[in-house]
Amino acid sequence: MTDLLLDRYQEIVGEDVINNLRQLAEPLKGTKVVHVNSTKEGGGVAEILHRMIPLKEELGLVPSWEVIVGDGDFYQCTKYMHNTLQGNRFEIPQPLLRRYEQTNEENAERLREQLEEADFVFIHDPQPAPLLNLCSGRKGKWIWRCHIDVSRPYRPVWKYIRSLVEPYDASIWSLAEFAQPLHHPLYLIRPSIDPLSEKNMELSNSELQEVLERFHLDPGRPIVVQVSRFDRFKDPAGVIEAFRLAKTFTPLQLVLAGGGATDDPEGEEVLAEARAAAMDEPDIHILLLPPDAHRTINALQRISDIVVQKSTKEGFGLTVTEAMWKGKPVIGGEVGGIRLQVHNHHTGFLVNTPEGAALRIRYLLTHRDKLAEMGQKAHKFVLENFLITRHVREYLTLMLAILRRTEERIELV
Amino acid sequence: MIDPFAVKDCALIAIATGERAHNLRELRDRLETTRPGCIYYHFWGGLLRASFDDPEYQNDFAVWAYHGLHDRFLAERLALIDPTDFGDMENLRRELIEIIEERLDENELVPWAAAHQQFHFIRSQIVVFDTGIRIGEPEELNEQIPQLTVGSIFYHFVDARRRTANRNDDFSEWLKGFGNTYGELLAQIAALDPYFKTLTELRSQLGVIFKEYMGK
Repeated sequence: MTDLLLDRYQEIVGEDVINNLRQLAEPLKGTKVVHVNSTKEGGGVAEILHRMIPLKEELGLVPSWEVIVGDGDFYQCTKYMHNTLQGNRFEIPQPLLRRYEQTNEENAERLREQLEEADFVFIHDPQPAPLLNLCSGRKGKWIWRCHIDVSRPYRPVWKYIRSLVEPYDASIWSLAEFAQPLHHPLYLIRPSIDPLSEKNMELSNSELQEVLERFHLDPGRPIVVQVSRFDRFKDPAGVIEAFRLAKTFTPLQLVLAGGGATDDPEGEEVLAEARAAAMDEPDIHILLLPPDAHRTINALQRISDIVVQKSTKEGFGLTVTEAMWKGKPVIGGEVGGIRLQVHNHHTGFLVNTPEGAALRIRYLLTHRDKLAEMGQKAHKFVLENFLITRHVREYLTLMLAILRRTEERIELV
Repeated sequence: MIDPFAVKDCALIAIATGERAHNLRELRDRLETTRPGCIYYHFWGGLLRASFDDPEYQNDFAVWAYHGLHDRFLAERLALIDPTDFGDMENLRRELIEIIEERLDENELVPWAAAHQQFHFIRSQIVVFDTGIRIGEPEELNEQIPQLTVGSIFYHFVDARRRTANRNDDFSEWLKGFGNTYGELLAQIAALDPYFKTLTELRSQLGVIFKEYMGK
């Protein structure tokens, strides 16, 4: 096996795609790029950065990844920000906002020199957003990467965040629908998954078998899986209700599997609610997995018949992408980026209610040929659109475009 | 002596303009003033961006008419617009507005979309880079076309129509430099409508045209 990551990706996506990356990266060789977010483990952002950094390095850029560190109050505040930006109406207490600002000031002391020297700084989500104002000697381009849906935010909180992100040179959003108008270019880049990561790589049958046994799952009966953080927007109670409705028609097992993330203090509360809703039903398996249980999540998605992502709010929905990559049709909530990935009767079904999810579970389990066909289409769709190689290409394109921001057409010759 | 054909590739990056339409009248009003690059993106951008390979409608306006406004009549009419029929973006803009106004006249009420299904105007920046590949003789195109990336096909066969004086594709413009030698081949390429196809299909059909012609 080759040591070069790019060669390994080439085996999956083809030579054209990799050549394309090399050509786009050529003018950016030696460019210092720093990414800053708030967690090394858990959540889609950390997963993407884990692989994007070495890829950019192989392409000749000089990337680095920094994590801002905070205490419980800081994460509580940023969780409130996350929820209110997604529409919850809630006044964030002033002491928490002050803690948020102090934490950024403390982190700025540690990171300032590196950030001010960088050619590009990518700040992910609201947690490190104040850093720009704290780095007055910055010489590069600063880009705010917003991974969440801010289409209908709680206005007072958005007003506060907007004052922090408006001075950036550009921002990146997963969908136009998620964006708020700002006085700089609003780039649109959809996120991606990494086919070589532990979460998405091929697994042996023996490993799948081991996971079935570990969680006491019966391979003789259909398995429906939802993988996501324990978060109210992921509607675990609605999934349990859908399971109960579908189970009246067909034997079924449900797995609700979620990892904790260090920046999500609300998880335990939602987990307890899900356990209460399950009422000790033996065919409902609620699994709280450690943040590094990537292979276990991979295996659970692979042993499932159908994957559900019944979110009521969603950023892009990378767990949907992961499931589709494994050839599974997805029954997803008709929200956010799930709508871009799940196409009715092609790659899965979009639903709005537990009843809708139950209906589609029943349909797919009684039309096994359709289930297999939709799974294949789902895999191909991800291969062509949602792998990390496309994501890196768009980052490179964006960096080239930002360096000459006024031009619609940029010729590199 | 004709210069060799320089094969280029491109990558597109989308930018939200912040302009939105909640209903059909707003769409019409925004179309009057939005920059030409937006109209271009909503007709052609789907070829290079992440999208489902089997779309029901080819352009974003028709898709929104169907999914956002639930107006099948309008969706069908908008879907039938072939942008290659229009000399420039202004003519295409006029045609779009004409169809929308006709539909507004037919309806007592202005069709509207739910809050989460607004139409978002998007433009794009295109980054063009040289692949280093040079084609000296037209016969070599026979071998080279199937090897080209979809980005190269977009740049030379679709994007070319915006930037060449004759609103033509780059292959044809280059072949014309050889006088009347390739007249029949040029006619076959001209008959290939790039709009209702994916880039992979375009590459494949171009490949067949060159193979059959050069094989004679």
